[in-house]
This record gives sequence, C-alpha cells and structure tokens, in this order.
Amino acid sequence: MTNVLLIVFTISLLYLGIATRLLTYIRIFAFQGLLLFGVSFIELTQITTLNLIFILLETIIFKTIVVPLFMNYVIKKNKITRDSEPYLPSFISLIIITTIIIITFILSNAINASHISKIYFVVALSALFAGLYIIITRRKIITHVMGFLIVENGVFILSLAVGNKMPMLLNTGILLDFFLSFLVLGIFVNKIKDVFKEPDMQTLSQLRD
Amino acid sequence: MPLYYFILAVVLIGCLFFARSKTLHHILLILFNILQWGFTIYECFHFNTEQLGYFTVDGVALIMLIVLSILSTTSSYHSVGYLEHQHKFHTTPLRAQAIYYAALGILIMAQTGAFLASHIAATWIFVELTTFAAAVLIYHERTEYAIEASWKYLFVCSIAITFAFIGILFLSISAQEAGTINLSYQSLIQHAATFNPFWLKLAFLFIIVGYSAKMGLFPMHTVCIDAHTVAPPPISAFISTTLMNVGFVAIFRTYTIIASTSILPWANNILLISGTLSVFVAAVYLLRVNHFKRMSAYSSLENMGIVAIGLGTGGIGYYAVFLHLIFHSFTKASLFYQIQQVHRVYKSYLIRNTGGYFKYYTPGAMVILLVFICITAMPPSGMFISEFMIFRAMFEKHYIGLLVLILILLTLAMWALGKNFFRLIYAPPVNFDSSHVGKISLKESLSQFILLGLVFYLGFNPPQQMVDLINEAIKNLPH
Repeated sequence: MTNVLLIVFTISLLYLGIATRLLTYIRIFAFQGLLLFGVSFIELTQITTLNLIFILLETIIFKTIVVPLFMNYVIKKNKITRDSEPYLPSFISLIIITTIIIITFILSNAINASHISKIYFVVALSALFAGLYIIITRRKIITHVMGFLIVENGVFILSLAVGNKMPMLLNTGILLDFFLSFLVLGIFVNKIKDVFKEPDMQTLSQLRD
Repeated sequence: MPLYYFILAVVLIGCLFFARSKTLHHILLILFNILQWGFTIYECFHFNTEQLGYFTVDGVALIMLIVLSILSTTSSYHSVGYLEHQHKFHTTPLRAQAIYYAALGILIMAQTGAFLASHIAATWIFVELTTFAAAVLIYHERTEYAIEASWKYLFVCSIAITFAFIGILFLSISAQEAGTINLSYQSLIQHAATFNPFWLKLAFLFIIVGYSAKMGLFPMHTVCIDAHTVAPPPISAFISTTLMNVGFVAIFRTYTIIASTSILPWANNILLISGTLSVFVAAVYLLRVNHFKRMSAYSSLENMGIVAIGLGTGGIGYYAVFLHLIFHSFTKASLFYQIQQVHRVYKSYLIRNTGGYFKYYTPGAMVILLVFICITAMPPSGMFISEFMIFRAMFEKHYIGLLVLILILLTLAMWALGKNFFRLIYAPPVNFDSSHVGKISLKESLSQFILLGLVFYLGFNPPQQMVDLINEAIKNLPH
C-alpha cells in the first residue's frame, strides 16, 4: 500500500511538470499532503502516539489544508495572474522530470542497503530535483515558493524512512517545514508586493556586478 | 550553564524587541555583551564537558566562541554608531531599531549555539536560526535592494539548509544500518568506520553544498555576495566572518566524521575542487567589481576557498586553516567597520566615487592600508603565516600544478584589491564636494586598530593556549 501511495506521488510530480495554472499547482500540493498522510499513517508504527498525532496533523492540517488555502489567499490578494509562466514548454518539462526519475532510479540500484527500502530514496530524490527544476524554470516568485514546498515534501518522505528509529529527526524536519513555510510564504510574499508592483522574478534582479 | 545563557539571552532579546527608548537599548545591549563574555569565560573553565546533552565545548567551539565574542562586542559598538548616524539622516523609527537590536541578539545567540552543539541536528537547528536573524538584519534599510537581497538570502539559504538536512538524513540512514541511533558527533566519529561509504559520500556532498551557503563557498556563494551589498556594515562584518565560521564548523565537524573512513581522499578532492573554484570565481569577479562591499565579499569568497583547499590538503594545512579563519575574521571585520566610515564620507559604496581618503580621515586610511597588508597576506601580517603554511602543505602533498594555479589567481586578486584600495586612499576624488564632510573621531577606528593589532601579534607570537586549542581542535584528523 505504501508503494502505491509513493508511486502516485511520483506521478503527481510528472503532472506538475505540465501544469500551467497556479490553481493546479495548489491542488497537486494538497493532494501530495494527503498521500503523505497515508504513508506516514501506515509506516510509522513504532513511535509514540503523541508523536504520531503531531506528524499526522502536520500532513493533514498543515500540508493539505492550511498551506494551499494560504497560497490561494496570497494569489488573490496580490492579484497574481493565473498562469505559471514557465521558461520552457511543458513537453520538455515532462521529459526532464521523467529523466530525473529515471536517474534516481538508476542511482538507487547502486545502493546495497538493507534497512531502507529503495522506493523512499527514489521518490524523495525525484521530488527534490523536480522541485528544484520547477524553481529554476518558472518565472513567478509564488511558483518558486511552490517548488520549495515540493522539495520539502521530498525531505519529509526521506525522513519517514528513518522515522521509526529516530523520531527526533522527523520532528526536526517538521520544524523546518513550519518555520520556513511561514517565513517564506507569509512575510516575504506580502512584503515584496508592498515594494514592487509586479511580484515577478525580473524585478528581483537589480543586484549584480 | 548553556540553559541559563539561552534563557537570559532570550529574555534580553525580548526586552530589546519591546523597548522603545534609545538609552534602554544601549543598556540592554551592554548587558547582552556582558552575558556573552561571562558565558565565554565560563566555558573556558569547563573545557570538554558535556552540557545539557547537546552541547560540548571542544577546541573548535572554544576558538570560534572567543572570536565571536570579540566581534560581538565590536559589532554591537559599531551598530550603535551606525543607527545613530542613520537616524540623523533617515530618521529610522525606534521600532526598526528595536528589531535590529533584537535580531542582532538572536544572531549572536544562534551562532554561539551552532559552535557549541555536539549533536548534528542541534548544529543544524542553530544554523537555521542564523538564517532567519541575518535575513531580518539584511532587510533593515528597507530599500528595493534590501528586499531583493533578503528575499534571495532567505530563499537560497532555505534550500541550502534543506540540502544539509537531507545530508543529515543520509548520515542517519547509514548510522541506523550500522546499528546506532545516536547522532552526536562523538558517537558518529566512533562508528564512522562501519558506515556504508555510498551513504557517507551522498551525505558529505549534500552537507557541503548545504552549508556552503553559510560558509560562502563555491556552489552557493552568490547569496552571501548579494547579502553583503545591502546589509548594514556591522552586519556585513558578521556575515563575512563569524557566520562563515559557522558554516565552516558545520562542514568541519562532518569532515571529522569522514576523516576516519575510507572515503577521506574522495572528500578531500571535493574540498579541493570547491576551494579552487571559489578562488577562481573570486579572482575573476574581483577584476571587474565596482562596489566596495561586493569587493570585500569576493575577497571573503577567496579566503574561504583557501580555507577549503587547506582542509582538503591536510597535514599542516589543518592547523593553518584555523589560524587563517581567526585572522580572516579580525581583518574582514575591520574592513567592514571602516567601510561604514568610508560611506559616511562619500555617501556611496561605489569605488569610482571615492578618492583621497587620507585627506578626509587619516586614521581610517591607515586602517585601510593595514587591512590591505593583511588581506593580501603580506609578510608582517598573520595571514601571511597561515597562507604560507597552507601552501607548504600543498607543496608537501605534491599538488604543484594546483598550487601554481592558485598563486596566479591570488596574484590577480591582489592586484585588483590593491588597485581599488589605493584609489580610495590616494587618488584625487572626481566631482566630489568635500565641504559637507564632517569630522570623524578617532574612536570610530579604534576597534579596527585593536583587531588588526591582534592579527599582527598573534601571527608572530601565538600564545601557547591558542596553539594548544588548535591542536585540540584537529586531534581527530589524520596526521
């Protein structure tokens, strides 16, 4: 069952590559939160109940409900246009994200690890690099933030792999999630709008030699 | 004791944040510095004891803590001067000043925590905290440039810190496979030989890329450069010195874990590549730079490149790396404090708007001259000794080709730095109305003379305690 959820997660990354509307991004993100909820619910059997509740709340409340709603609010408030404005056509994005998944797949075959299932490794690294790819090839600041949140999801999956034995690391990862999402999303997206008219990456390229 | 330190520090930071009177700010800042020094002195007498489970004062921590405390005092002093001056012309509201002081306090506290942490996750948490505090401080001037730089700093550092976290996760996977779930540095060093090399390689790669944003090393150096351009000078002094030391300590501790395993030569190569590229990028950009603070930032990049090369070379290089970091911290901090006065005279950071600094502010020009001697590692300065040791280590390890390349690049950097510094000091200024230049008192340069004096003195007469501390810091590395 975990495998099915993680594979669906990977497919959602492919869909992310061809999505052109910001709303689609937000929906994918909420959906991924739901998948992570499922994975952590099934996998984390050895940790204390309180800790489990904390982690489940993080996935279901924070990732699935609060962040998507908040992003929606930010988009409405700042009147950001609905298009994601990629630098590259969707077709190429699709090929590149597929390549990323294949490469991590090949890389995972090089491991002769016993404890960690390879699928965590593949999905986590795919999410990481797909997120970075989104950050590099999209023009808007809000899509950068979304790419970053995808990266965070990848980190969350990887930390699930060691979560049973070392819940402390899992909690630290969640701390990273809360802290940075609020900081990056909340404060700065609003502040940037105050100073610049157009929250576009081109306005943020005055610092150079 | 660390518990009391953190509690008191948080209380003082809270007071700084809510206080709305200048005198109160100054008193609280003095109290904070007393606390910082008290804690430092306390730790000097509790060497190598574990405190609170997550903190140990070892050689690395103590060296960096002392450097940090010295620079905290000077940075606090210059921050007061900076805010007073800014207040006169731009009327910074007291609220902004309160935020500035509180963020400064958080930055100092987070750096202290990062140095002392003996658990890999604890280091990571404190490094994350420094990002937050530094971003707030970079935003202080609230211009378009400031928001751009702080946004970039926050965003790129966040990604970098995520990378470092992934590295830690890989390390924990390999630890778990080897049958330990204790992630303190001591336990990791003990068990490192049994770790799976594949995970270790991945972990090191991710950790070095992640913390390179803090250390200002090659792959993620760009954020530091942009941050310097707009950060208030006393804060630039921090970002360029102690915050880079934080990044270094985080990388160094991981390197110490790697040092007892079979992948050490591979890790050394990574460090050498990263260091060489840093020096290369710095030299190229130094040749075309037109902004004083950016120039200083590229010079920091160059020095961190040398540090990475020294660490990757090994041998006597390990010792020299620490020496170099100490001297670099003092020198670069002096330069940034002085740039504050340069800006006061010329109202600009652009190199083409400056000139004739000797005439307008003689002690400042002396400082710039001394900084030039130190930063280009000319003989009487301490940095000459540390760089010489690193080059000797490279020579002993037969990295002759690399050594020649580095020396050529350093010569280019030296030429570029000399050109710009001497233009500031001697060249007649173009289109400059000198009538509004007020008198700047000697006391604005006093701290720099002391710091630079330390660079010269410690280079030639290193006290036995310092030598012992550095040897203690590198005791886990192969000799």
